Amino acid sequence: MTLESRLRWWLQRALQTFAPTAVDLPLLLALLALSGLSLAVVWSAGGQDPDMVWKQAARFGLGFVLLAVCMRIPPGTWRRWTPWFYALCLLLLLAVLLLGEGKGAQRWLNLGFLRFQPSELCKLGLPMMLAWHFHERVLPPSPSALFTALVLIALPAALIVVQPDLGTAVLVVGSGLFVIFLAGLSWWWIAGIGALAGASLPVLWQFMHDYQKQRVYQFLAPDSDPLGSGWQTIQSKIAVGSGGWSGKGWTHGTQSQLEFLPERHTDFVLAVYSEEFGWIGVALLMLVYAFVVGRALWIAANARDGYSRLLGGAIAMTFFVYVFVNSAMITGLMPVKGVPLPLISYGGTSAVSLLVAFGILMSIHAHRRA
Amino acid sequence: MAGLRKRTPIKDQQAESALFLRRALLSLALILLVFGVLLGRFFELMVLRHDEYAARSERNRVKLQPLPPARGLILDRHGEILADNRLAYRLEVVPERTADLAATLDELAQVIAFDADERSRFLELVAARRRFQSLPLKLRLSEAEVARFALERYRFPGVDVVPYLTRHYPQGELFAHVVGYVGRIDPADLGGLDARRYAGTTHVGKTGIERTYEDALHGEVGYEKVETNAEGRVLRVLERTPPRAGEAVYLAIDAGLQRATAAAMAGQTGAAVAIDPASGEILAFVSLPSYDANLFVSGISRRDYQALLEAPGRPLFNRALQGGYEPGSTLKPFMALAGLELGVRSVDYTIVSTGEFRIPGQDIGFRDWRRGGHGRVDLVESLAQSVNSYYYQLALDLGIDRMHGYLSRFGFGAPTGVDLAGEAAGILPSREWKRARFNQPWYPGETVIAGIGQGYNVATLLQLASATAAIAAGGRRFRPRLAHALRASFDVPPRPLPPELLDPRLVRDPAHLALVQRGLVAVMHSPTGTARAVAAGAAYRIAGKTGTAQRVSRRRDTDAPQTLREGQRNQALFIGYAPAEAPTIAIAVVVEQGGSGSQAAAPVARRILDAWLGAGESGEGSADEGGRQEDRSGTGDRGLGRIDSALRQPETIEGPGEMSGAAEHPANAPQPPVPSPAPAPTELPAPGPAPPMQTQAPRERMP
Repeated sequence: MTLESRLRWWLQRALQTFAPTAVDLPLLLALLALSGLSLAVVWSAGGQDPDMVWKQAARFGLGFVLLAVCMRIPPGTWRRWTPWFYALCLLLLLAVLLLGEGKGAQRWLNLGFLRFQPSELCKLGLPMMLAWHFHERVLPPSPSALFTALVLIALPAALIVVQPDLGTAVLVVGSGLFVIFLAGLSWWWIAGIGALAGASLPVLWQFMHDYQKQRVYQFLAPDSDPLGSGWQTIQSKIAVGSGGWSGKGWTHGTQSQLEFLPERHTDFVLAVYSEEFGWIGVALLMLVYAFVVGRALWIAANARDGYSRLLGGAIAMTFFVYVFVNSAMITGLMPVKGVPLPLISYGGTSAVSLLVAFGILMSIHAHRRA
Repeated sequence: MAGLRKRTPIKDQQAESALFLRRALLSLALILLVFGVLLGRFFELMVLRHDEYAARSERNRVKLQPLPPARGLILDRHGEILADNRLAYRLEVVPERTADLAATLDELAQVIAFDADERSRFLELVAARRRFQSLPLKLRLSEAEVARFALERYRFPGVDVVPYLTRHYPQGELFAHVVGYVGRIDPADLGGLDARRYAGTTHVGKTGIERTYEDALHGEVGYEKVETNAEGRVLRVLERTPPRAGEAVYLAIDAGLQRATAAAMAGQTGAAVAIDPASGEILAFVSLPSYDANLFVSGISRRDYQALLEAPGRPLFNRALQGGYEPGSTLKPFMALAGLELGVRSVDYTIVSTGEFRIPGQDIGFRDWRRGGHGRVDLVESLAQSVNSYYYQLALDLGIDRMHGYLSRFGFGAPTGVDLAGEAAGILPSREWKRARFNQPWYPGETVIAGIGQGYNVATLLQLASATAAIAAGGRRFRPRLAHALRASFDVPPRPLPPELLDPRLVRDPAHLALVQRGLVAVMHSPTGTARAVAAGAAYRIAGKTGTAQRVSRRRDTDAPQTLREGQRNQALFIGYAPAEAPTIAIAVVVEQGGSGSQAAAPVARRILDAWLGAGESGEGSADEGGRQEDRSGTGDRGLGRIDSALRQPETIEGPGEMSGAAEHPANAPQPPVPSPAPAPTELPAPGPAPPMQTQAPRERMP
């Protein structure tokens, strides 16, 4: 009796919660297009290995299922869960430090059935926490609110830095800063923080690991050690540059097919794409990315409450930063760091967490202002 | 916060939304700007700098792989193979593809045995080359090793058996001093080689014909444009320019004659050179003992090399090319020609040999080999009996300057320019030479002994053979040469190398040459001839001259001269040509520690000539002639005893001060019972018809 009535109550609750909502079709189509493109590029970059394509397809499948689930959870529910989620992120980061695995740095957590990087979760968890933090406060934020926000950023960032994974830490910090920026932090504060960051660079340099310094050196003079650390950048630029207007054709990129390119199906997948599809292909891809970012910002701007606005905006900006950092790395504008190309690179954690983020965005869209 | 109470009322959704929109639009503008910058960067790389990167991509992908040409064959004049290329297998390792190089080598050693030498050489290579290059560990795997490795191959990633062509010398020791050998290119070679042409070539000619004709034998390198991956593994061939094999080198040498010559030496230490007088082409070129050139191709082990260096008779020493010998009496025919040609002697000039010769006004005595002398002799007889006095006087009459001038035209004292590297020059003494060498003036006594090819004189076997060939060819001297023709491929006929005439007219008056030639025939066929026994029974007539001397390069002998029996200290020499009327072959032979020229060298020469001209036993004519000549000259020296050098000692004069170098020039030395460089007999007469030569051997020697 009681069980039955309780079950009935849960069902009613679930039906209310997961009420059919309007999907943002353009955004969904763009995401599907990127996923499809990813499978094609992984087929080529992975040396025509069907296994890899199936695995990647399975991840996208999981990602889109999660997207469908997440979009049915109203923003208010997300907001209530946020502190717990944030706490979970911190907990997992601590777990990584204690029992993580990975070569050179501990980034991975092995749960037996899957391995994943908790730092990826933070890219979502931190903006959510900051949005939650600012949601009930007056914006633009007061100094005390700002201080709390910075502490909220520093906690996960510090845990990621000691893994050590400077690249992800920077991205996580970035995603937090976007929330603060979108919350309307005054330009004076922005200028002040910028100056402080600039001044702290030399101090940061002292605390960098040798391999991180190596990456900076290599970025400054990639030709100094063409067979060593500069190899990746040089080979990547050669792959991109040799693509020309229209590329060498799908699966005909010599740089990738002949294995000159390192990490060709993961972090350097854009070089493979550029080589095979040329500048026209790159321009089309960037157009899709720009559309996704713009659409996400538009959804955020139309959100119902402050939490949704800030979270949506942060998701859009973080997504863009992924694209920018990866493209800049591929073309030799930035040092090599382990940032995948969103939704294209082979790999599960990034794709799934991104699709979860877009699920939340869909939810925000479904609960937009009337 | 002061407004904690009225937080909600103060929070202005409209204003916040507007603020967000402003920030979002600003962000979007920045984002689009950054996208623009990114696209610009892509445009720069992909369009503006496309050519540069396309070229670099192509260079990445396409590698020019050299295809080493097959080395040209070396053959004898009839096409018998002296050097060819054989398919062999070598073990190669790509260090980068082995998980642990040291462990792999240890494990590999259990499948294919290689010694510490090969291991250390390989590790040197590893240190010097790129890690992804395939490097040879062991050459010339046996079939069993190839098969064994095929079974175990799966255990050794990065290790492979690779076929290649290796140089092979099927004749073994027989041609080692002629053909030479190839060896791995070492840093010393690299300076002189065109790196482009030798890309992919591992071996280069180190000695002999292999070295002289390296350029022709090597051929032209080919190239293969291959697509490789980042590991350097070849995926496919895009374009191929085949290599052009090296030219075949046909030697003038007749392999049959070479074999006969080596056989004629019968295991003795020495050398023999046979030349075609009509062209200067070398028909046989033997230096014994020899070595197996195949040892050097794959890199000789340090132990084997040491063994060769220390082997008795020094097999690596090319006696025919580099050995310096005192020519002794073999110089007399050339002296005789000098006398006639320079007008110092007439055709019918005679002298009386008394057994001892003195320079007017001096006390120094120079002897004939026969006690009491040879009586009155003319030029022919002076050659037949090897009368020293004739040449003592002749040398004095000519003077050292004119001797040097005329004899140098026959090639003495300078390398002949044969197509082998490392030829010795020999010594044809002159005033200038002595001043340059010792800073001493020339003394008349030195002229006298130089007249019989002793003193400072040093000749190489090649010089003697070449000069003899000039007499045989009527005064035309050609540059001696081993190569006969080059052949680019077997589709085209061989391209003969034209003979190089060095001196078309060494003798002005044919009568002069005829007289000397008659003298040389008399040596072999007259009853007084020193080598008459050797010519007995020949089907053809031989012209020749014997000589006995001491080896000049004594210093390197392990045995001190004193410890040897006298006969062992001698170098037996013979020069000659045949048939005397129309010579087709001129030869020079030296047998080290071989006793006298007529005893040791002349019989060798006879066997060589028999091999070339056909043995035949109908030596009737020569036997008859021999009998006649015996009568005519009335040799009564049958009972001639040994010159007891000890008895002669008081008469022996060391000569002027400069003669104190007697140890260097033993020919000048007195014949003391004790003093070390005891001179050796230079000549043996052949007294009487077919005498047992051993018992007869009288010693000819100056005091």
